[in-house]
Amino acid sequence: MTRQMTGAKMVVQALKDQGVDVVFGYPGGAVLPIYDEIFQQNGIRHILVRHEQGAVHAAEGYARATGKPGVCLVTSGPGATNAVTGLTDALLDSIPIVVLTGQVPTFMIGSDAFQEADTVGITRSCTKHNWLVKDTERLPHVLHEAFHVATSGRPGPVLVDIPKDVQFASATYTPPKQVRTSHYAPRVKGDMDAITELVEALETAKRPVFYTGGGVINSGPGASQLLRELVDATGFPITSTLMGLGAYPASGQKWLGMLGMHGLYEANMAMHDCDLMINIGARFDDRITGRIDAFSPNSKKAHIDIDPSSINKVIRVDIPIVGDVGHVLEDLLKVWKARGRKTNREGLAKWWAQIEEWRKVDCLAFKQNGPAIKPQYALQRLEELTKGHDRYICTEVGQHQMWAAQYLGFEEPNRWMTSGGLGTMGYGFPASIGVQMAHPDALVINVAGEASWLMNMQEMGTAVQFRLPVKQFILNNERLGMVRQWQELLHGERYSHSWSEALPDFVKLAEAFGAKGIICSDPADLDDAIMEMINHDGPVIFDCLVEKHENCFPMIPSGAPHNKMLLGEASTKDAIGSSGAVLV
Amino acid sequence: MSALQIKKGSSKHSAYNLRPNFSDTQERHTLAVLVDNEAGVLARVIGLFSARGYNIESLTVAEVDHASGLSRITVVTTGTPQVIEQIKAQLGRIVPVHDVHDLTVEGPSVERELALLKVAGDGDKRVEALRLADIFRANVVDSTLQSFVFEITGTPEKIDAFADLMRPLGLVEVARTGVAALSRGA
Repeated sequence: MTRQMTGAKMVVQALKDQGVDVVFGYPGGAVLPIYDEIFQQNGIRHILVRHEQGAVHAAEGYARATGKPGVCLVTSGPGATNAVTGLTDALLDSIPIVVLTGQVPTFMIGSDAFQEADTVGITRSCTKHNWLVKDTERLPHVLHEAFHVATSGRPGPVLVDIPKDVQFASATYTPPKQVRTSHYAPRVKGDMDAITELVEALETAKRPVFYTGGGVINSGPGASQLLRELVDATGFPITSTLMGLGAYPASGQKWLGMLGMHGLYEANMAMHDCDLMINIGARFDDRITGRIDAFSPNSKKAHIDIDPSSINKVIRVDIPIVGDVGHVLEDLLKVWKARGRKTNREGLAKWWAQIEEWRKVDCLAFKQNGPAIKPQYALQRLEELTKGHDRYICTEVGQHQMWAAQYLGFEEPNRWMTSGGLGTMGYGFPASIGVQMAHPDALVINVAGEASWLMNMQEMGTAVQFRLPVKQFILNNERLGMVRQWQELLHGERYSHSWSEALPDFVKLAEAFGAKGIICSDPADLDDAIMEMINHDGPVIFDCLVEKHENCFPMIPSGAPHNKMLLGEASTKDAIGSSGAVLV
Repeated sequence: MSALQIKKGSSKHSAYNLRPNFSDTQERHTLAVLVDNEAGVLARVIGLFSARGYNIESLTVAEVDHASGLSRITVVTTGTPQVIEQIKAQLGRIVPVHDVHDLTVEGPSVERELALLKVAGDGDKRVEALRLADIFRANVVDSTLQSFVFEITGTPEKIDAFADLMRPLGLVEVARTGVAALSRGA
């Protein structure tokens, strides 16, 4: 069915036809015609955020918790520039989002008009693709193409810039099925020869390890199921990046825990000493590899990735397989089964014995002693008291994020929303709003640090207005904890600007917004306080006052390889050489 | 020396030092990139090179298929084999890019560049310029009593050689198109 309508109406129609049920946005002059159309319909819910950055992070949270693209609508100029951090965040974490921006009318573009910015120019390098639509005729095609690009291949953010006169003008609307999408169709099936080569390597490996990442989550729940089948059938150990947590259950027998800079000892040691590394949907990020020339020196490396540019970008691999994780794992399992489900049992038994030795180090052990709550203890209790719930966890960025990754267990994919690549402080709170919109009855918790949380605290207004019962679990150490930790280790304990003196009273802050505030500083009160948070039907700010100078361990210091981890305070002295100090 | 036995001042352990795994030799490659002729596509390609720190030695672009709106970008770049592979993979990621061909490795190819050179002078120098132009098969496309504008087509090296010869003869200005290239054979 094709019919005449205004550009503004096309936007709403195209969103409905793409199955969009919620839009996060903020109105302004250049998007008023679209907001007028939103006003006159009921199919799409609009969530009014308090800052455009919040809109994009909320859309990211929604996308990660559902696997569907998140959608934002913001105005021209400052609306668009405020979205830039969120776009970059989504680009680095490969999150499918569609951002619609208003633009000044076509005849005013280039005249430095009020609230004019070169939006496609500014966002070119922080989107997967973007479009400026100068003609209403083209608008339906571009809108459908935008969803196609955002969700195909390696997912990512896209932006469509729509001048105001294009929104007012009328043209023929074309529904998605009648629109011919572009040539853009990344390859999803892996090369069978390479897959067979990997199967041969699986059959003989003595010390194999699966190293999985966000690509498994992005490939969909089917990919996680296949991964579980593969891991359980081969009996190989599995570790994951921050981005991939939940693809394999934390309670699974073969689970080594997260790897990388703050990963578990057994996971990093297995990566270093393995003879076969099977990278599934991860990208050898510098938080993972540490020192490049000492990275897993004796292993054969296979790499499954949908993006050919990820292959050999950082680490040279022996068996590259370009394809979608789900498709490749399906073929891999088929070939491996057809060849008789062989593994090197003897080698594996020895390998597991070695891994058990590493596990005995118990690298996450801590002592809850003294009057102050240890942040690790707070998360351990949070895990204990919430793990039975239908639970989604977001985080901000810093020490609390790493502790959350270490001490919380994820049994399913799409339950863990954290800014991995860009490391965006202020991500978690708006993301939790997006998650709660997608799953209204679920328990959505944002594990935060007080400094990160303050970066987008204005979204309390959104949570209260839309009755979104998000729980803000703030580990308050009155410090920029990770900055402070690096200053301690690298900069002679000169704590330059890494603490805040004028923090708000979080309970009063919650009350000022019409929400509930809880403060807890005594380990003995913690369980009751967490239960009070869980049982409250509405948004909560939980101000958990924790030990101020706790450092996050284990840690691979800058410039060190995986087998040179720091396990605790005693090992930190002079751990980082002067040349390691230049790394971030 | 620190507890980690990292030698002071050593840069070998940098997380960003990709060298140990890859070859160091610099190679020159000519890439042909077929793109949709849409607004901003050249900015995307150039932006990729600048954002990721790749070199551009020469770049040409024009629409080559008006019916389907396809443009051909010919870019000459240098880098280690790993960097060249990255450039090709990164170019392939750009949504309006249809195809990336590495003419340097995909068999024999021809490369041509066109240049216009203005040479001013009189007397013997003027005669010598004309004589050399004839040897290089350069055409005179403009002439006054004090100057010539030569048009020359050839490989970049040939144009370099011609320009070097013209310099002492009164070379005033050069305009070059950059390299256009095609693979040989059917």
